[in-house]
Amino acid sequence: MGKRIGMEVAVAVAEAVGLCNIDMAAVYPITPQSHIAEHLSDLVADGKIDAEFVTVESEHSAMSAVIGASGTGARSYTATSSQGLMLMHELLPIASAMRLPITMAIANRAVSGPLNILNDHSDIMPQRDSGWISIFVENAQESIDMSIIAFKIAEHKDVMLPVNINIDGFQLTHMVEPMEMPTQEEVNNFLPPFVPHATLHPAKPVTMGAFAMSDYFTEIMKAKDEALKNSKKVILEVWDEWAKMFGRAYKPVETYMADDAEILMLTMGSMGETAQMAIDELRTKGIKAGLVKLRLWRPFPFEEVKAVVKNAKKLIVTDRAVSFGGPGGPVFSEIKSAFYAEAKRPLIYNYIYGLGGRDVPVNDFTGMFEKVLADTGNKAADTYEFWGVRE
Amino acid sequence: MALKTWRELPIGCVVSEPGSASEYHTGSWRSQRPIWNNQKCIKCGICYVYCPEGCVQQAEDGFFQANMDYCKGCGICSHECWPRAISMVEEG
Amino acid sequence: MIEVRWHGRGGQGAVTSVELLAVAAIAAGKYAQGFPSFGPERRGAPVTAFTRIDDKKINVRSGIYEPDVVLVLDSSLIGLVNVIDGLKPGGKLVVNTPKTPDEIRKELNFSGTVATVDGTGIARKEMGVPIANTTMIGALLKVTGVMGLDAMKESVEHRFGRIAQKNLNAMKRAYDEIKISN
Repeated sequence: MGKRIGMEVAVAVAEAVGLCNIDMAAVYPITPQSHIAEHLSDLVADGKIDAEFVTVESEHSAMSAVIGASGTGARSYTATSSQGLMLMHELLPIASAMRLPITMAIANRAVSGPLNILNDHSDIMPQRDSGWISIFVENAQESIDMSIIAFKIAEHKDVMLPVNINIDGFQLTHMVEPMEMPTQEEVNNFLPPFVPHATLHPAKPVTMGAFAMSDYFTEIMKAKDEALKNSKKVILEVWDEWAKMFGRAYKPVETYMADDAEILMLTMGSMGETAQMAIDELRTKGIKAGLVKLRLWRPFPFEEVKAVVKNAKKLIVTDRAVSFGGPGGPVFSEIKSAFYAEAKRPLIYNYIYGLGGRDVPVNDFTGMFEKVLADTGNKAADTYEFWGVRE
Repeated sequence: MALKTWRELPIGCVVSEPGSASEYHTGSWRSQRPIWNNQKCIKCGICYVYCPEGCVQQAEDGFFQANMDYCKGCGICSHECWPRAISMVEEG
Repeated sequence: MIEVRWHGRGGQGAVTSVELLAVAAIAAGKYAQGFPSFGPERRGAPVTAFTRIDDKKINVRSGIYEPDVVLVLDSSLIGLVNVIDGLKPGGKLVVNTPKTPDEIRKELNFSGTVATVDGTGIARKEMGVPIANTTMIGALLKVTGVMGLDAMKESVEHRFGRIAQKNLNAMKRAYDEIKISN
């Protein structure tokens, strides 16, 4: 059984990855991921883990390096945030098309401009269509658990897709909080060796990342879509295995007091725990509030989302990113899309909040519930609003 | 050859037959072909170096010729040849 | 749950202190959070850092707006920054200063509990450097009673190695010498 320790989350993530017998990491430092990069390079330099730490000159090179390494059959890892992820952007669909089981931690940080180093989800949202499996974590324990689980999901023979783990920058990465770090033996028992579907080896040469004409492109995209959709089955199986081994169960959608809720809120990332306190407060006032926490972002868990909303009349979707000039919050538009064809669906509201690291205390969450409850004419349903913006 | 369905594609579209590009004979695109005059050829190898297709080969006797399966008749070898030993001649 | 806000200047070790405290509290079986104010940090700039300690799971992740305790590592910040902003009624103010609690109370026009100790002076004596962050942990523990001094031993030793004992000595002196005035 792992020891209960207090550690800074970013450092703990590097420690957890260090338990996974990685062959290679190329991590270009960027605030607020930098402690992951620093600590992982320390572990390699001190000989604590046997891996190649490739120092690259940019995130674009970092992603290129892990793609190349993964192609040779090396278990490869990287991490980034914000502008770094944007630099990697052109390579992300290539990694998934080549079916390379790279895992990456994203310390979510606002995307420029203007320049901001603090927490929101505007870095991951533009990567929705990249074909990666995408998971959000809420606290230190989930951060380290998912960092290890990611390898098993990615490398599963029925998946073979890259995985990113989204960890709120500063909010989580720079927080010292309690967690149970699995032991090396436990991770060894959980994580089998990486068996690639093909490797770039001179003895058996293959071409990876070839050109494709319009006569094949559609079929190739369909195959990738099916792969991502089918990965959900494996994700659930792997989470089940983890639960059996470690006693910590994870689901694509988690709930708090949602069963009999009349009004629900949906959060992603670390905000969920603060929102829980608002739920508790509202319940003491007799308001049947509940919380839905989206853990699995891609593949999108349509069935699970629809199932938990049940009888709620109103659903407040919170977003920490904006799709400018479009449907408002990206999560909002996907949730609406999930419910479009349902005969029975809640009124869906959208608050965009916590941008650029703006703090969201408990009373902001209660305020959102109260505002939506007060909208008895349902005028604000289907629209998005920047919560707390100074007009 | 029937085109594959999406289910029949290899994972990651990995091409596992090495050198399969050589099945495509680009020489069929040619409208002119290079002819070497070995009286003038000084065996410098510049034609070999400059051929963008990589299809100019050196024979046993040290002189050069293009592989007609792949030569597209671009004329670069002729253009670069110092002793002007290569002339471009119409096909057919 | 106890919430503490630390005021210091970049480079004085406020962040290290909240981390050490959190690690120690967790090792003692409690729940804790230690985190800095997030922003560009440079030597000399005013910074804040936060501690939450509780015996049950802490869910809230937002900043601390109504601390139970405010600890001022650098007294030159008084007047520059409103250090008692949001301090709960009945909350306590701990200041690293050679001045007396009454003098601080007058300076800030504050009527609550004030505790002072010359942390910098103690640090200079015990460690040879005027860095009072670990020293003031002793002061905080005395004022709050949230843990005993011995709870800090492991986390300080892990962080400071050879110089850990000097830090622990300074911490104990602050614990013993702090003047608390209600």
